[in-house]
Amino acid sequence: MSAVVTGLGVVAPNGMGAEEYWSAVCDGKSGIDRIRRFDCTGYPVTLAGELGSFDAAEHVPGRLRPETSMMSHIAFAAAELALADAVLDPADLPEYERGVITANATGGVEFGQRELQNLWSQGPSHVSAYMSIAWFFAATTGQLSIRHKLRGHCGVVVSEQAGGLDALGHARRALRADHRMVLAGGTESALSPAGVVAQIPTRNLSTRTDPNRAYLPFDADANGYVGGEGGAILVVEEGTAARERGAPTIYGELAGYAATFDPRPGTGRPPALEQAVRKALADAGTDPRDVDVVFADAYGVPDLDLIEAETISKVFGPYGVPVTAPKTMTGRIYAGAGALDVAAALLSIRDGLIPPTVNVTRLAAGCAIDLVREGPRPSRVRTALVLARGHGGFNAALVVRAA
Amino acid sequence: MAGNADGRTVVVTGIGVVAPGGLGREAFWERITSGVPATRRITFFDPEGFRCQVAAECDFDPRAAGLTPQEIRRMDRAAQLAVVAAREAIDDAGGPGLTPERTAVTVGNAVGCTMGLEREYTVVSDGGRKWVVDHDYAVPELYDYFAPSSLAREVAWDCAAEGPVSVVSSGCTSGIDALGYAVGLIEEGSADVVVAGATDAPLSPITVACFDAIKATSTINDRPQEACRPFDADRRGLVLGEGAAMFVLETLESARRRGARIYCSIPGYATRANGFHMTGLKPDGREMAEAIRIALDRARLGGDRVDYVNAHGSGTKQNDRHETAAVKHALGPRAYDVPMSSIKSMVGHSLGAIGAIEAAACALAIDRNVVPPTANLHTKDPECDLDYVPLTAREHRTDVALSVGSGFGGFQSAIVFAGAAS
Repeated sequence: MSAVVTGLGVVAPNGMGAEEYWSAVCDGKSGIDRIRRFDCTGYPVTLAGELGSFDAAEHVPGRLRPETSMMSHIAFAAAELALADAVLDPADLPEYERGVITANATGGVEFGQRELQNLWSQGPSHVSAYMSIAWFFAATTGQLSIRHKLRGHCGVVVSEQAGGLDALGHARRALRADHRMVLAGGTESALSPAGVVAQIPTRNLSTRTDPNRAYLPFDADANGYVGGEGGAILVVEEGTAARERGAPTIYGELAGYAATFDPRPGTGRPPALEQAVRKALADAGTDPRDVDVVFADAYGVPDLDLIEAETISKVFGPYGVPVTAPKTMTGRIYAGAGALDVAAALLSIRDGLIPPTVNVTRLAAGCAIDLVREGPRPSRVRTALVLARGHGGFNAALVVRAA
Repeated sequence: MAGNADGRTVVVTGIGVVAPGGLGREAFWERITSGVPATRRITFFDPEGFRCQVAAECDFDPRAAGLTPQEIRRMDRAAQLAVVAAREAIDDAGGPGLTPERTAVTVGNAVGCTMGLEREYTVVSDGGRKWVVDHDYAVPELYDYFAPSSLAREVAWDCAAEGPVSVVSSGCTSGIDALGYAVGLIEEGSADVVVAGATDAPLSPITVACFDAIKATSTINDRPQEACRPFDADRRGLVLGEGAAMFVLETLESARRRGARIYCSIPGYATRANGFHMTGLKPDGREMAEAIRIALDRARLGGDRVDYVNAHGSGTKQNDRHETAAVKHALGPRAYDVPMSSIKSMVGHSLGAIGAIEAAACALAIDRNVVPPTANLHTKDPECDLDYVPLTAREHRTDVALSVGSGFGGFQSAIVFAGAAS
C-alpha cells in the first residue's frame, strides 16, 4: 500500500490555488499585512496573513454560505481545487471507499463569536439555527462529505498546528484499511477579534507593526509569530488505485508519519520533536542522508525555534540539510499549515526548487541550520520532511517522497 | 477473546467514569442499572426563556475529586472531567507500566471548552456589548478554551504520555471514534498503551440555545426526569448532558504478562457517513448498518454473536427510527432477539463524551452480565419494534456488545466489545 497525492487545493494569503501560491512563495511574495477584517487599533497585535481577495461567493453555493463559517468556506474552495487538479469525481469510486479527514484548531471562530454576541445581547431565540452545525470542529468534514458524497471514513483531528499533518497521517491509515481515496488536510480562520484576543495572553504572537520585521523564525530578532488564515486540502489516493484510474499527476507519496508529545514543562525530560522526526523517517524507511529539504514548523518564538533547530542539526548534522519556512509569507495558519507545507514540499519535488524563508537576516545563536533565505534555491528534491507543532506540546513529522 | 483482524489484539484494562448521577465507575453502573434518570432542571444557569430547561448535570466538585487549586484554575470543566476519569482508569488498571514514549492519549470531544469559553467571552465582550472585544480582560487560559487540543494536553501531562496525543472531534460520534482511533494506534504499533476516551461539558447557555434553535431538545420541562424517552411514542427530543469516560487500552499480551484484569477486547470499529445532510437522516439507516457490518467483519464476528446493542437512542423522532432500521438492516432477524437500550434516557446526551460513556456501559455489561435499561419507555413507538429493555435492568449473558453512534455531519459509527468467551 502507498498513499499518493494526486490533487492540490491551496487557499493562502499570498495566493489562491496551488500554482499562484507556489509562484508567490518562490518569488518571496508575502501575504502578511495589517489586519483589515476588523478595527485592530487598540490591540497589541495588528498583523496577520488575511485572505484579502478571497470571495466566498465564488466558491460556496449561496444556500450554504450563511450555514457555514470561514474555515469551511476555505475548505469548500480548497476541496474543489484539489478534485479538479486530480481530475477525479469521487462518485466514480466505490461508495464506502472514499472519505474525508480534516483538521482545525479553533472551530468556526467568527461564526461562534457572532452567535455568542446574539445570545448575550439579544437572548436565546436570536441564536442562528446554523450555530450547531457551523461552529463545531466537525463542520468542515461534514460539509465536504455531503458536497462530494464521501460516505467512507470521515474524521476530524484537533492538535492545534500539528493537526494538518495528523489528518494526513490519519488518511494514510484509512487507505491502508480499506479506502481508495481520502480528501485530507486542514483549514483555519481565527481572525475575528475574539480569535486574535484569545492568543494574546500566550505571549507567542508578535507585537511588531512592520510586516517585514514581525515573524522572524530562527532569527536573533525573533519575537513571536504572526497568525494567518487559509490552508490546503489534498486528494490522497491509494497508489495502485490512482495509477489504475490514470491519475494525471502523482505529486508524490506520503511515505512516513509520526506524532509525539512534549513532556510537561519542569520534568527535565527532553522535547519529543526529535522522536517524531526519527519515527517518521523510520516509518518511511528513509535514512536522514536521503532527505533533501526540511519544511520547518518555524514557531518564531526563540526557545521553540532553538528546540527545532537543535533537533534538525542533531538528526541531519549542523547545516546538514536545507531548511525552509515559506510560512514566513503566510503567517502561521494553525491546522491549515501542515497540509499547505506538504503542498509546497510536493511542488519542490516537482520543480526542483526550494522556496525561501523571507525576512530572516541573522540566525539566532545555537541555530546551526542551513536556512534557505535566498530564493528559490535550485536543488534536486526527491524526499522532503515536513514538521508541525501545536501549542501545548504536539509534534508531527511527515515524510513526502517522489513517487 | 475476539481479536483484531489486522494487528495486535487490544483490550480494556481500566475504566474511569464521571457521569450525571454517578461519579466514578461503580456509581455510574449503579445509576444506569437503577433505571432512574439523572436529568433535572438546569442549575448551572437560569434556564428561563430557553426552550429546553432540563439537562443531565454532574454533581462534580473538582476539589473533592482530587484536583489541585492550580489545576482547577487552569482547566476548563471538560478537562477536569477527563483528567479525573483518566486517573480512575489508570488506577483501575493497576499499574499499567506507562513508558512515556510508548504511551498515547486520545480524547474525543465535540464542542470544546464551551463553559470556560462562554464565561470568558462574556467578560472580554462585556456581556456581548463589544464585537472588538477587550484584550485587557483576556485570561491566560483563553486560548486553551478556543483550542480543545488542550483537553488532550491535560490528560497527557497527567499521565506523562509522550507518544501520539490528539483530540478526535467528529461531533456526537467522537467518543466512539476516539476509541477506534486509539485501538488503531496499538494495532499498528504506534503505542503500547493508550489512555483513551472522551469528555464534554457543554451545559452553558450557548450550547443549550443552539440545540434549541434546531428544535432538537425535549420540551418536557415540567417532568425533568421524564424528559428523555428514547423509542417511546411520546418522545420529544434529546436532553443535553455532560461527563467523561476514559480507558486504559493495551495489548492482550501485555495485559496477560502483568496479570491485569481484562474487561474485554475491542476487536472492531468503523465509521461511515451518509453524505446527505448535516442534521437530517435517511430513514433507511444504510450507513449506520454499513458501519456495523464492517465493525463486526473486522472483529470476525457474525451478527448472530451480538448479545447486546447499546443504542445511540437520543430520543429524537428521527434518530430512534433511523437507528432501529439500521440495526435491523445489519443484524437481520437477530435484531429482534438482541436487547438494545439507550442509557441517554438516564445520563443525557453528552455530545462527544457519550460514546465513551456508553463504551463503559458495554464493558461493564460484559463484565457483569447485566444490561442497563431504557428509562421512560412506557409505550413503544410502533415504528420502533425491537427489544429496548424498558425501565428495568436485565440479567443477560453478554459476551459481545455493539455500540452505535450517530452525529451531525451525517457520521455513523459502530464499535464492538468482546468478552473472554468470544
